[in-house]
Amino acid sequence: MNASQSSPPFSEAALQQVERIFQRYPADRRQSAVMPLLHLAQKEFGGWLSQESMDYVAALVGIAPIRVYEVATFYTMYNLKPVGKYHVQVCTNISCWLCDSDAIAKTLQNKLRLSFGESSGDGRFTLTEVECLGACVNAPMLQINDDYYENLTPESVAKIIDQLP
Amino acid sequence: MTKIVFKNIHRENSHTLAVYRANGGYQTLEKALSMPGDDIIDEVKRSGIRGRGGAGFPAGLKWSFIPKDDRAKYLVCNADEGEPGTCKDRDIIRYDPHLLIEGMIIAGHAVKAERGYIYIRGEFVREAEVLQAAVEEAYAAGLLGGSVMGRGVRFDLAVHRGAGAYVCGEETGLLESLEGKKGQPRLKPPFPANIGLYGGPTVVNNVETLASVPDIIANGGAWYAKLGVEKSSGTKLFSVSGHVNKPGNFEVELGIPLKVLLEEYAGGVRGGWERLKGVIPGGSSSPILPKAVCDTVTMDYDAIGRAGSMLGSGAVIVIDQSVCIVRAIARLSRFYRHESCGQCSPCREGTGWLSQMMTRMEQGKGVPGDIELLQSVADNIQGKTICALGDAAALPVVGAIRAFREEFEYHITHGRCMVA
Repeated sequence: MNASQSSPPFSEAALQQVERIFQRYPADRRQSAVMPLLHLAQKEFGGWLSQESMDYVAALVGIAPIRVYEVATFYTMYNLKPVGKYHVQVCTNISCWLCDSDAIAKTLQNKLRLSFGESSGDGRFTLTEVECLGACVNAPMLQINDDYYENLTPESVAKIIDQLP
Repeated sequence: MTKIVFKNIHRENSHTLAVYRANGGYQTLEKALSMPGDDIIDEVKRSGIRGRGGAGFPAGLKWSFIPKDDRAKYLVCNADEGEPGTCKDRDIIRYDPHLLIEGMIIAGHAVKAERGYIYIRGEFVREAEVLQAAVEEAYAAGLLGGSVMGRGVRFDLAVHRGAGAYVCGEETGLLESLEGKKGQPRLKPPFPANIGLYGGPTVVNNVETLASVPDIIANGGAWYAKLGVEKSSGTKLFSVSGHVNKPGNFEVELGIPLKVLLEEYAGGVRGGWERLKGVIPGGSSSPILPKAVCDTVTMDYDAIGRAGSMLGSGAVIVIDQSVCIVRAIARLSRFYRHESCGQCSPCREGTGWLSQMMTRMEQGKGVPGDIELLQSVADNIQGKTICALGDAAALPVVGAIRAFREEFEYHITHGRCMVA
């Protein structure tokens, strides 16, 4: 994989993915590609979406930039400001809360010295409180970037953080 | 007990085409391709299977609503799985994706849809990867594409990832999202069966519903209808979470006593049955059932309905006596406030009111009259919004006041919780 760039345009490899994404939808329904393209842009451009990135996606699809802003601001997974190298998202919804996600949250806040919504000064961590991620029978759980970590204890959470490369 | 959607998940590499085929996979598709579409729809009707996503609408009836005109038709699988407590579809997707794909091709053939989409929640990145790999395997094996199994039937299938919006689990919000827009639900009618994705007739079904289709067609609708109980036929996945010793996803026949599900499958309530306070039986939107009801209620659509709640998605959230109900409901109210799409004023404003008032009460700052005000806010949301999210926000509050009113009153009178 190419080293990720911080701004448009996409790398060659990403542009090939763009073609595959458009093929999933009828030729006259290119707007359907907005969400997958925003996911791709976020991955390519350092984990978040600048206005420049959103404008680039709008140009690829061939729609007004406002149509892309609407989508990017509606869905929580699109980060509209930079996030750390590790985006740690802790579920505190009902099933996790019943299984003491409060202790998981507290462990992380102390260990990372961050409150929910904050990023560390060195750009390594962002800590976020998140709504149900759909792994309720393995509560409590959290997500770091693309991976779930389940059946957590305060001890296992501390270890997971320590072992991140 | 009969296993339908979880019949393969114990096998090693159950997610691969080779293992799926070695155990009879895609044989039903071959049978289905030689059946007229209407016969498939009749079998599904005969099975009595009701939508497993939450609404419980009869699936065969839904399919039969697709008009027989020459517009392009679509089949959409709802894999958004966002109802708190629910994580059953995830296991089908990651352990048996070909079962879902086979069910979708059969359903597509039945309603004459040549294009299908699986809308999977965005956070399920690894699950989407498994699904994508399975779709690619199916294309390479000629099971998807211009001529399924060489029989001249076209079915194209693609995976579309969401990006973190609960409201996209609502079928018209999902369709908006799939069209590349904000996931704001549409007014119904028109229903998706007439005007759905890209304006075409569209069937939207949950993962578990579609994954049940191959066995229904293989064994016949009458066979399926014998499983479970009257008006709640078949097996159902229950995601049992919270205060049980062995939480998990269990496939059982509908009509199983809740107590048996918890005691015999989920390892029993933490600390014993007598420690049970209540159960949220069908995902966070369904009103809580107090222990006295849990002692005897059975898990089927009608029985849970008569008990004043909903079977919903089958997410069984078990709550023991250590829990403050006011606090639990305050947490849920915060969720619905976060997830309201903002389109309808009663929901946008009402979910904010519910959350603020529940939080205030939880913090011991409630005042006399708050319970009545909560009820009035809930009344002003319910039935007054485009989609069911408003009802979903109101019902847990109303249900908790009904079942545990004394805890709300105690919070107001004493400024703190009854539970130590």
